[in-house]
Amino acid sequence: MTDAAVHNDAEHNVHASSSGISNVKLGMWLFLGSECLLFGGLISTYMLYRGRVGQGPTPSQVFDIPFTSVSSFVLLMSSLTMVLAVSSATKKDDRGTTLWLTVTALLGATFVGGQVYEFTAFKSEGLGFGTSLFGSSFYTLTGFHGVHVTVGIIMLMALVGVVQRGEIPGSKAETIEMIGLYWHFVDIVWIVIFTLIYLIPV
Amino acid sequence: MDRYFYTHLSNSGLTVTNTATHTPNTGHGMSNAGYVRIALILGIITALEVSTYYVDFGPLFLPALLIMMSIKFVMVVSYFMHLKFDNKLFSMMFYSGLILAIGVYSAALATFKFFLS
Amino acid sequence: MAIIERSTPQVALPLVEVPVTASSTFGVLKRPVAATGWKSWLFTVDHKKIGIMYGAAAMFFFVLGGIEALLIRLQLAAPNGKVLNADVYNQMFTMHATTMVFLFVMPMAAAFANYFIPLQIGARDVAFPRLNAFGLWALISGGIFLNLAWFLGGAADGGWFMYAPNSGPVFSPTHGIDFWALGLQITGIASLAGAINLIVTLLNMRAPGMSLMRLPIFSWMALVVQFLLLFAVPVITVALFLLTFQRNFGATFFDVSAGADPLLWQHLFWIFGHPEVYILVLPSFGIVSEVLPVFSRKPLFGYPFVVFSGAAIGFVGWGVWAHHMFASGLGPVSVAVFSMTTMLIAVPTGVKIVNWTLTLWGGKLWFTTAMKFSIALIVLFTIGGLSGVTHAVAPADTQQTDTYYIVAHLHYVLFGGAVLGLFSGFYYWWPKVFGKMLSERIGTWNFWLMVIGMNLTFGPMHILGLQGQPRRMYIWTEARAGEGFFNLGFWNLVSSIGAFVIASGVLLFLINVVRTARSGIPAPLDPWDSRSLEWMTTNPPKEHNFDVIPTVHHLDEFFHRKYKEGDNGEMVKIKTAEEILTEQEQAADKHIHMPSPSYWPLVLALGLPITAYGVIYSIPIAVFGGFVILFAAFGLGLEPATAKDTDFDPPTDTDATSGEVVPVD
Repeated sequence: MTDAAVHNDAEHNVHASSSGISNVKLGMWLFLGSECLLFGGLISTYMLYRGRVGQGPTPSQVFDIPFTSVSSFVLLMSSLTMVLAVSSATKKDDRGTTLWLTVTALLGATFVGGQVYEFTAFKSEGLGFGTSLFGSSFYTLTGFHGVHVTVGIIMLMALVGVVQRGEIPGSKAETIEMIGLYWHFVDIVWIVIFTLIYLIPV
Repeated sequence: MDRYFYTHLSNSGLTVTNTATHTPNTGHGMSNAGYVRIALILGIITALEVSTYYVDFGPLFLPALLIMMSIKFVMVVSYFMHLKFDNKLFSMMFYSGLILAIGVYSAALATFKFFLS
Repeated sequence: MAIIERSTPQVALPLVEVPVTASSTFGVLKRPVAATGWKSWLFTVDHKKIGIMYGAAAMFFFVLGGIEALLIRLQLAAPNGKVLNADVYNQMFTMHATTMVFLFVMPMAAAFANYFIPLQIGARDVAFPRLNAFGLWALISGGIFLNLAWFLGGAADGGWFMYAPNSGPVFSPTHGIDFWALGLQITGIASLAGAINLIVTLLNMRAPGMSLMRLPIFSWMALVVQFLLLFAVPVITVALFLLTFQRNFGATFFDVSAGADPLLWQHLFWIFGHPEVYILVLPSFGIVSEVLPVFSRKPLFGYPFVVFSGAAIGFVGWGVWAHHMFASGLGPVSVAVFSMTTMLIAVPTGVKIVNWTLTLWGGKLWFTTAMKFSIALIVLFTIGGLSGVTHAVAPADTQQTDTYYIVAHLHYVLFGGAVLGLFSGFYYWWPKVFGKMLSERIGTWNFWLMVIGMNLTFGPMHILGLQGQPRRMYIWTEARAGEGFFNLGFWNLVSSIGAFVIASGVLLFLINVVRTARSGIPAPLDPWDSRSLEWMTTNPPKEHNFDVIPTVHHLDEFFHRKYKEGDNGEMVKIKTAEEILTEQEQAADKHIHMPSPSYWPLVLALGLPITAYGVIYSIPIAVFGGFVILFAAFGLGLEPATAKDTDFDPPTDTDATSGEVVPVD
């Protein structure tokens, strides 16, 4: 009953699975599979409605491609720093992990900041949430994405805190890898959004 | 589908995996330098994508853009998300969701005659 | 995380209730540790308790949805009905369907899945026990939230399919639809959590030797259902968000004057909605596939065909949704395509019917109540399936759509299919879950009243539909009832009488439950001489399910442990269930850790309706709800699945609560 090794979940990888695959990792991939359906629905709604601008501004009138290109690049680079964080965690390099997680969160926050700036700029140019179908669909799609990024940033900050504390239920590297999967997914959704929404003229 | 479960087990395969020897990553990760290289390629492709906004690609515009987008997508999924090196089951789960999404939503958009423009 | 197994021998201790002091999260809240009493239910992560609570909640909503149905039928029993006015009638049929689909059938299937999947695969719990508990509480809080609308200005009244723009703020100004949309978001989150949990459980936690083609058939059907849920729930999530944004934040998604297309809602809803009906019926197909072999004393005929046809139904089911939209102006090409795919999906279902029938053929049939319900399902679901095939013919559907003919079809497949399968499961598995047998005598009355009632209620609806009665019609008059004796009026009356016959059948079931609970007679371990692993346990199963994780060598493993093939090819019984269980106890694992109870799933689940309420009435409340969710998510994430070793005190002889079960020497 006092077998200390028994409770060292943090160190060895948890459980006897009939497949050898981690439960948590499989769970995250399943979740990401379902998220494809979620973002697919929002993207389809946008694609259906993107030309319906009513009295409001058209996409080409409000989009600032250079600005959005830069923030897309920022998000893309945050995927790199995320991967470096996972790499550090696998090598049990706590300092490296903390560093790269923080940089990822900062890059993500920069992206979100860019989104907020973009939204306020569009609003001042006459594109409100209810102005037109284009407006409603645009803000809903990119807003959902932005919320996902924000949730990701919160999780990254929590991870930094947990890595600092030194203890974490389950395997540290695996948890960070799992959050990394979420983060990369958010990035690939943006890859699709940036191309379909911004770069294809209406 | 069972073979995806048991590929890494040496004997006839239907035994419990010992917890102590199981490692989180079954594949060989890339080196940090490798990841940076992937990121550079992604950056270049992004630049190319943005250039379509300024340079006239003619009728190649849409296919080129969609192909570049897909390459970036698959690269992040395969390398950063490690899917290329992991158990095929993960790929099955994710890509079935993706393909299903593309399938049903394209069909729905088709009924709106979206692709006839 | 999952269960930790220790097979290294320790010094065996006598069975003792070990007192546990609570660990603390955030240094503030102590971890719950009660093993008995209401707290042990509220904070449990044990899949069996969670399954029972899912079942109790689902039963409550079944009765609620049934009362809503009875009110509808009372209104339509006679001309110029005065029971419900038009507005309340709209709310009634909307909530009847919503309750039955989302708050009865789905949670009841979840009850069976949660209780039996770990047992059927030889595991000790699911992959993510606290996520499991969260799903339960989210379902309950979502269901309550949905129904709050009755008291706060009127329930949702746009039909369970909630077509836009009728569902928008202009045509539905009360908050009913907001409660509906947000309530379904909450239950949707519960379904998604459950789906991820059960898929990982089924793929990752099977006992050694249990390959996928040795998985019990109920678990297989449940696996298909979880994948359907995983991919279908996000689609309705999108639809509900668009609706909520339109109603509460001024979006224009379904605003036709802004250029919106109402078909967008229909597509999103039915891309979810069609897989949803397979989500509703496949668990019952799984139950029937378990029951028929046991009471035919034969293995399931064509197990691989039943498995693959289930998977095929799940797969093809994604390609038929627009058959709900044949009359919506899709155009001839779309209609033709979807008409063909809809005809295609009849094939795998037909395969199942054939396999079930061939399971019965030549068997030594034992007509228990469970068996009767399963046989009735084969007959009545087939009838529903046949009317479904007539809908697939798009020109014919143009006459049938939006009439009672559709109502007849959907109730034959849902009541005759999903509900009868669930009742078969009740009678079959009751002894295992509760340790007592439901009365067969009352069960027979229950069965016949439900089946006769069901045919009386929904049979005439085929005729009513073809005579022209549209759906959602709140009143009829003698003048419009048509000529002759067998007109709308007559069949409506028959249908309403049938509804009360069903109700009396359900009442008998509830009486059966209460009487069984009060009776003292314990059930034998294996009353039906069953085939699968969930029967290789005590009544009810111990908290850790199995003393020894079994190694599986066959499909129907439990059957093969009891029977060996004799000299003449017949099956000879070599062991009883009691003997097998005693052997297991003697070889019990010495050190079993189960995941510990937790507050956080409940707290997280409570944060959701608070946020939803705030979205409707007051954003600050929504923000507060968001913080509760965030707080609970942190608590859940930082808490270890099993309470730390340092939380365990040495045994004392005070009346203690336990966190660990140590098997007897």
